[in-house]
Amino acid sequence: MTPQTASPVPPASPTSPASPGSGLRSVAPRGAVPGGRVLRLDGGRISLRWRPRTAVVCLLLTAACLVVGALGLTTGAYRVPLSGVLACLLGHGSAADSFIVTDLRLPRLVCALLAGGALGMSGAVFQSMSRNPLGSPDIVGFTSGAATGAVAQIVLFHGGPYATALAAMGGGLVTALVVGLVAAGRGPAVGHRVVLVGIGVSAMLTSLTAYLLTRASLYEAQDAQIWLIGSLNSVTWSVVAPLALALAVLVPVTVLCARALDWLELGEDTARGLGVPVGRARLVAAIAATALAAATTAAVGPITFVALAAPHLCRPLVRSPGALVVPSGAMGALLLSASDFAAGRVLPGTELPVGALTGVLGGLYLCRLLLARRRAART
Amino acid sequence: MGTATISTTDVVPGTDGEGRRRRTAVTAARLLGLLLVCALLALVTVVSVAVGAKAIPPGEVLRALLHGRASVDDSVVLDLRLPRTLLGIAVGAALGLAGVLMQALTRNPLADPGLLGVNMGASAAVVVAIALWHSTDPSFCVWFAFAGAGLASALVHLLGSRGRSGPPPVRLALAGTAVSAVLSALISVVTLLRPDVFDQFRFWGVGSLGGQPMSVVTEVLPFLGAGALLALGLSGPLNTLALGDDTARALGTGVRRTRLLGLLAVTLLCGAATAAVGPIAFVGLAVPHLARTLTGPDHRWLMPYAMVCGAALLVGSDILGRVLARPGEIQAGIVTAFAGAPVFIALVRRRRIAEL
Repeated sequence: MTPQTASPVPPASPTSPASPGSGLRSVAPRGAVPGGRVLRLDGGRISLRWRPRTAVVCLLLTAACLVVGALGLTTGAYRVPLSGVLACLLGHGSAADSFIVTDLRLPRLVCALLAGGALGMSGAVFQSMSRNPLGSPDIVGFTSGAATGAVAQIVLFHGGPYATALAAMGGGLVTALVVGLVAAGRGPAVGHRVVLVGIGVSAMLTSLTAYLLTRASLYEAQDAQIWLIGSLNSVTWSVVAPLALALAVLVPVTVLCARALDWLELGEDTARGLGVPVGRARLVAAIAATALAAATTAAVGPITFVALAAPHLCRPLVRSPGALVVPSGAMGALLLSASDFAAGRVLPGTELPVGALTGVLGGLYLCRLLLARRRAART
Repeated sequence: MGTATISTTDVVPGTDGEGRRRRTAVTAARLLGLLLVCALLALVTVVSVAVGAKAIPPGEVLRALLHGRASVDDSVVLDLRLPRTLLGIAVGAALGLAGVLMQALTRNPLADPGLLGVNMGASAAVVVAIALWHSTDPSFCVWFAFAGAGLASALVHLLGSRGRSGPPPVRLALAGTAVSAVLSALISVVTLLRPDVFDQFRFWGVGSLGGQPMSVVTEVLPFLGAGALLALGLSGPLNTLALGDDTARALGTGVRRTRLLGLLAVTLLCGAATAAVGPIAFVGLAVPHLARTLTGPDHRWLMPYAMVCGAALLVGSDILGRVLARPGEIQAGIVTAFAGAPVFIALVRRRRIAEL
């Protein structure tokens, strides 16, 4: 996996010793360039620019994920000591411990990390492409399309979980395509229009979902409702495996897109001048980000606000412009695994679905974003 | 006429003879248009009472209306169709008017009761009421929905308007989105913990005119009336507010007072409407645009038109829902969403984003 690439416009970075203002005399350390460092392999034929601060942030986020994971694997209704967990992971724990850890808790944790990472990356790409801090799969209509597809499947066709996952993916992709086509057009403001058309289509689909829920039996409706909130409560390895496979393809594609996205943020004309194939880069990034969201939704249901919040939370940590795809992925993984850990323990006796918690926290976070912006606007 | 004799080059439009004649003609046309729209509403009302899952001949319907309950058919007309039609008229008018108010206050053509979180506030309050008191009696839930709507819109307003210049449109819209998100997650938590509440909420939350007794109409009518009077009284200040805050202030309009009173009116109208029939989307969005194509931007005309159009639209949607899915029904809230969302999308596509 490549580290996050830096933007072509070098901001004054505290970690880079050779900032542009430091004059010609200063001797730059080998491999240092404005705005980051360069890694050269194979005699310079393969070169890669990376920022130390971004790498450190990613490492710290990964460490935090490990801590949350250790907590999640050890605590719960049945406590397993850390040594027991390690033994289970290496394959020689006791039968009871092994069942609890590797069959119940581990798939849930892995699923939270994968789904969170995918949502974070997807949100980063959406926000960068729509040039809108609120652009996320929730807002461009993808999530409500997936919800309608899944609920239609549960209520009308009564298929199993795989059929639900397929229906959700189908619904989401069709909706995203429709929103994209309807919003497409000439003019510079396509990004904003995508968000607004997405809001309109979402409203329509949400009412369709509500109608389907009134047509169902109470049992089916509850089933659908839990799916609609987004839950990791009943995740098994059979859910994790397809998700992991999908991400194995999609994550590298998305990471490779990140560089083109950084350039696209400078404006379409500038990006074209720098040699970015604008149309193709956009298309590939959009497909990859939508597919990431689709795979996640199919596995665990529409979990709200992780995709929205992860890039925002990353920005002040990384302190660099650009799409921040990789740090957002790490942040998303941390957010979702920590939320899932908390959701299971907030109300004693009940295991809340993680989507309910991310909904409340995410909404409050959006409020905070608004307040912060107001302060920034006033000063 | 005095102005016209002093100078013919800088007359104020509408003060010379021809201008006055033209203005009279425009007023007459608008009055005529209003009459036509009212006639449409009357037609829709008649159809709504006459048509339904059970085929009842028109003579029987008339007899029921005039002479009271003598048979099952009479009871269907008087206890089912009449309340839902009246409710549709009252709620549709309220939502149309509230839409005009919101679009004027936020200066945002995409404003809608859903946008300011009013629907979600009412929904959340009803869910809490059902969960805590086990009562689904509409005349009991109405008060909670009303309070919830008021609280939510006050919260949104506070969140978006602590600055000195009142709420800029985008900020208010975002605040509405955030508050709606928190409330909807709250609803899902409560409905998860209490399946019985979920079973009731899933029907109320769609937005349906059916199944409400006459008492609901009489209970929300005072609030709707108060809100409508307040809104109609604000039509002058809203006209100047459309010119921008600074211009409005220079013309002597109390900007802050207008906004606060407008918000109060919106809360009264939407809160009572949502309380009565559940969250109904897009009437508040589409109707003002429809009315504006007929009247132009003058709020003194726009508001009455929006009330009548809103009532006709909602009752019409209800009829459509009943006819399409006979002998069942598609709730009015779903019909309006499917009719209104394309209007929204057309607006987004047609206008330049800078105007939104």
